[in-house]
Amino acid sequence: MIRIDCPYCGERDHAEFSYGGDATVEYPALDAPAEEWHDAVFLRENVRGVQRETWHHVNGCRMWLIVERDTVTHEIHSVQPAHGGMARSLNAHRGPEKPE
Amino acid sequence: MTRFSAWSVFKAGLSGQKNWDRQWRDPEPRPEYDVVIVGAGLHGLATAYYLGKNHGAKNIAVLEKGWLGGGNAGRNTTIIRSNYMMPGNRQFYEHSLKLWENLSHDLNYNVMFSQRAHVSLFHSPAARDAAARRYNLMRLTGSDGEFWDLARLKKEIPHLNYNHARFPIIGAAVQPRAGNARHDAVAWGYARGADRQGVDIIQNCEVTGMEREGGKVVSLQTSRGSIGVKKVGLAVAGNSSRLWQMAGLGRLPIETHLLQAFVSEPIKPMLDQVVVYGVGGAHFYISQSDKGGMVFGGDLDWYKSYAQRGNLPLVQDVSECTTAILPCLSRVRLLRHWAGLMDMSMDGSPFICKTPLGNLYLNAGWNYGGFKATPASGWYFADLIANDRPDPTIGHFDLNRFSRGANIDERGAGPDPKLHG
Repeated sequence: MIRIDCPYCGERDHAEFSYGGDATVEYPALDAPAEEWHDAVFLRENVRGVQRETWHHVNGCRMWLIVERDTVTHEIHSVQPAHGGMARSLNAHRGPEKPE
Repeated sequence: MTRFSAWSVFKAGLSGQKNWDRQWRDPEPRPEYDVVIVGAGLHGLATAYYLGKNHGAKNIAVLEKGWLGGGNAGRNTTIIRSNYMMPGNRQFYEHSLKLWENLSHDLNYNVMFSQRAHVSLFHSPAARDAAARRYNLMRLTGSDGEFWDLARLKKEIPHLNYNHARFPIIGAAVQPRAGNARHDAVAWGYARGADRQGVDIIQNCEVTGMEREGGKVVSLQTSRGSIGVKKVGLAVAGNSSRLWQMAGLGRLPIETHLLQAFVSEPIKPMLDQVVVYGVGGAHFYISQSDKGGMVFGGDLDWYKSYAQRGNLPLVQDVSECTTAILPCLSRVRLLRHWAGLMDMSMDGSPFICKTPLGNLYLNAGWNYGGFKATPASGWYFADLIANDRPDPTIGHFDLNRFSRGANIDERGAGPDPKLHG
C-alpha cells in the first residue's frame, strides 16, 4: 500500500486518492500551433524513476496534490498542494512551493 | 532436433522419456547480425520465427535482458479473441485468431489453444444494443459471433449469479472461436521454431545503449558486449519508452502501467468458457486453466509504475468482482497474483511501424491486448522489417496517427493511457 501524506489531511492510504497523471506536462497557448498541442496531449516522458505527478484526494478533502514518487519503488519523496493560494488560505500544515 | 509426433513420444516412453534434446541452443552473441530483435517475449520470438519462415532471413538474434518469456509472456490471463470493431483492429485481430487456429501444427508444438468461447455478459438494454452492433459488424467482416439469451446462458453456465446481482445479467454476446492457450508453450514453441531457423536467442543480455551514425543504428551496447546491427526491431512492452530514449528519439505516446492477474487453488472443472463482464465500474475476466486454477483479472492499478508487483486495493476490487458474478468461488483461496508492465498507449491501440531512424522498427503499445495479438504481431512486424514498408493491414498502427486525427480508440476513452483497459 502506498501512503500519501496529504498536506490538508495527514497520511492516508492511496486508495483514498485518484491518480491524475504527469504533472510536468505544460499546455501551450490556445492559439499555439497544432504540433505543440499534439506533443502536450499525446507524448509522455514515461519516467522510470522519480516523477512529478498529480493525485486527487477524491475520497478525502478533494484537493489536487503534486507528488514526487519513484515509479520503480513507489517511494514518495514529496507532497505539495497543487494550488498554493488555497493551501495558504486553509492554513495547510506545509507551505506551497511556488506562489499561485 | 527431434520433430515431435505421437511416434516420437511413444518411442521416448520406452526409455523413460529421458533422451529428449534441448529445445533451443544457448549461443554466445556474435559480433554482428543482420537483424536484432530486442526482447525475447512472445512478440519478439514470433517476429524472429516469421522472419525466418516467411522471409528466409538469416543471421538473426533475439536479445533478452532476463530469461525467455519472463516478462508479460508469463504475466497475462491468456485470453484470445478477435471481437474488435474499429477498422484496422478488426482485420488485424481476425488474422491473429486465424493464425492461432493452426499454430500448434505450424510450430510442431502443442500451445494448447482451446476454442472454448468468449462469453461477454451484458446487464442492460444499452449494453445489449452496443454488443449487437459490434457482433453484427464482426459477422459482416468474416468473423463469428452469437447472442445467447438468458435461457441459453443459464444452460451453458449454470452457476453465474442470476438471482441477487445488483446489475442483473440479461444475456451475453459470444465469440465461439475465441478461447485461450498455454502462455509458456507459446513462448517455448516460438523459441524452438526460431532456433530451428538458425536464430540466436541470447538471454541475460540487456541492451544498455545504442550507437547511431547518419540516421541509423550501427550497434547496440549490451551487458554481453557490443553487437553490430544492420536492422533493429524493438519488442519490449513495458520498457518501450526507455529503449526509444536510448535511441535518442524523445517521447512516445505511451505510459507504463501495472496490470495484475490472479490464480486460485485448483478446483474441479466448473467453468468451460472465458467469461467477462464490465458494469457499474467493474471490469473482470475469468477462465479455468487445465490444472483447475481459476485464472482472472480486472483493472490496472491506476497509477503509472515500472514495478512488476501489484498493490492490495486492486486485489480487493478484483475479488469483489469475482464473488459478484460467481458467488460459488467466495471460499476458494487465492494461490498467486502477479503483475506485468503494460505499454498503455494514448488511444488503446498498438504501434507496428517504422521510426525516424532508417533501420529501427517499433513494435509497442499493446495495452491489454498483447497475448492474443502475438502471431499477427510477429507476422506483420517480420514483414515490416524484411520489406521496409508496412503491410496495408498495419498501415494505421503508426506513430503519426495522432497528428492525422486518426486515433484508433476502441473504447472511446480519449488520450489518457490508464483508461484504455
